[in-house]
Amino acid sequence: MQLTRREMLAIGAGAIAMASGLPAHAALDEIAEFTGGAEMGEGGINITAPEIAENGNTVPIGVEAKGAVAIAVYADGNPVPNVAVFKFGALNPDQSATTRIRLAKSQNVVAVAQMADGSFTMAQAPVKVTIGGCGG
Amino acid sequence: MRTIATVCTLLLVAKGAVAGEDAVLDIEGETFITKTAAPAHMENVDTIFSGWVFRTDETQALQLDDFDNPAFVFVDQALDQWDTAEGSAGKACSSCHEDVSEFEGLKAKLPRVENGELVTLTNLVNTCVTERMGAEEWSYSGSKMSGMTALIAHQSRGMAMDVKIDGDAAPHWELGKEIYYTRVGQLQMACANCHEDNYGNMIRADHLSQGQINGFPLYRLKNAKINTTHGRFKGCMKNIRATPYKEGSAEFKALELYVASRGNGLSVETPAVRN
Amino acid sequence: MASGVKPRVKVPKKAAAGETITIKTLISHKMESGQRKDGDGNTIPRSIINRFTADFNGQNVIDVAMEPAISTNPYFQFDAVVPEAGEFHFTWYDDDGDVYEMKKAVKVG
Repeated sequence: MQLTRREMLAIGAGAIAMASGLPAHAALDEIAEFTGGAEMGEGGINITAPEIAENGNTVPIGVEAKGAVAIAVYADGNPVPNVAVFKFGALNPDQSATTRIRLAKSQNVVAVAQMADGSFTMAQAPVKVTIGGCGG
Repeated sequence: MRTIATVCTLLLVAKGAVAGEDAVLDIEGETFITKTAAPAHMENVDTIFSGWVFRTDETQALQLDDFDNPAFVFVDQALDQWDTAEGSAGKACSSCHEDVSEFEGLKAKLPRVENGELVTLTNLVNTCVTERMGAEEWSYSGSKMSGMTALIAHQSRGMAMDVKIDGDAAPHWELGKEIYYTRVGQLQMACANCHEDNYGNMIRADHLSQGQINGFPLYRLKNAKINTTHGRFKGCMKNIRATPYKEGSAEFKALELYVASRGNGLSVETPAVRN
Repeated sequence: MASGVKPRVKVPKKAAAGETITIKTLISHKMESGQRKDGDGNTIPRSIINRFTADFNGQNVIDVAMEPAISTNPYFQFDAVVPEAGEFHFTWYDDDGDVYEMKKAVKVG
């Protein structure tokens, strides 16, 4: 799929400015839906993402939370913040996965893990998306 | 017009080092030449670099493993196409050509002059499609053609680009060179203004390369598909607000020959990955 | 979108019993997000692969719910434990109801 720069800007315009601490509000609602409003812990979850993405169409990211039953991934500046939910089965040894995602603009990638004991933990990584020049 | 051109020049910040210049492109145990001495005909450049060295670590990584490289989805599709009969003769590529590997080395020598005409890989494929298969010509940068030319060019991966520029190729090469250095469009820019004078610099958020085509046809993150040389030329011309030549035109074929010759000595990387 | 969809999977052919192996999967798909408009300003309807699963001998390894933010030509890499010889079964579910499947056998020894 191809997004022109104008389309990229248009779909980014409705979203909220990048937050330094908490993910933007749209993502918070989605996260609450995943956790059922349970308290959020920290640690035990890692996100791998580039600091600067050369093209928002294809941004490689990885998530890992040893002992998790599921990890939900959000992009808090996208028109739809939900990205994916990874559920790990009995034959998954390390509860990690790598994929490639779309980011409409610079924003936070957020991962929330549901641990085996029912608790939740969260991590986020800011990614700058470059637009412009001949690559845009 | 002069003002616009000046603003553009100012957008190009001070010349920096080529990022990733020392990075090594190693695919499946094979090391590629991504940096070498410029061919003798290049007067203003000492060293030539593959476009791969100008990309970020993440984009570079996509080309290091053939499975991670999304271009191979399209190369696989082309392999199916290879066996698919088309046209009035009911022939597929494989009806005449035993294996696509017989085209090893072809991409490194193209474009070249055949029977007095400058031909590209696309021209050669279309000659088969129309004359031997009796089918409708494939569109120059359409998905069937871009996949097939990627598959065929891939057979030369790792070999050094080595297009002929003298003899009967000379007039085409001279035309290509003239186009390369001629300022066109509203922004009054030539290929050379970005890709010779300013490679290694940032043009807004983009890291300018030398505009080498040794990795074409290649996968671009921008549109998530295989892109052809002429398609890319067209994109560049639109960026400088010029009316692009037609894909498959004499001008673009001549430019392809000239730009290919500026990469003589670099490894064929097809299918490469760029942003 | 059923035409031209081609899955690719990379799985080692052999493993030791109980070994952890790395699996890579890629499938050609536009992943039309539903956010784009065509030349006439009409929204292009969403058409994506919305779920991917990997199982080994009937036991689940990973089950992914996918949204339009997953890039064109969806790619996943993950690990799996191979307890015994058997077969991986990969499945992609398209919005249009199509299901794409691929199987890969793994020997143990």
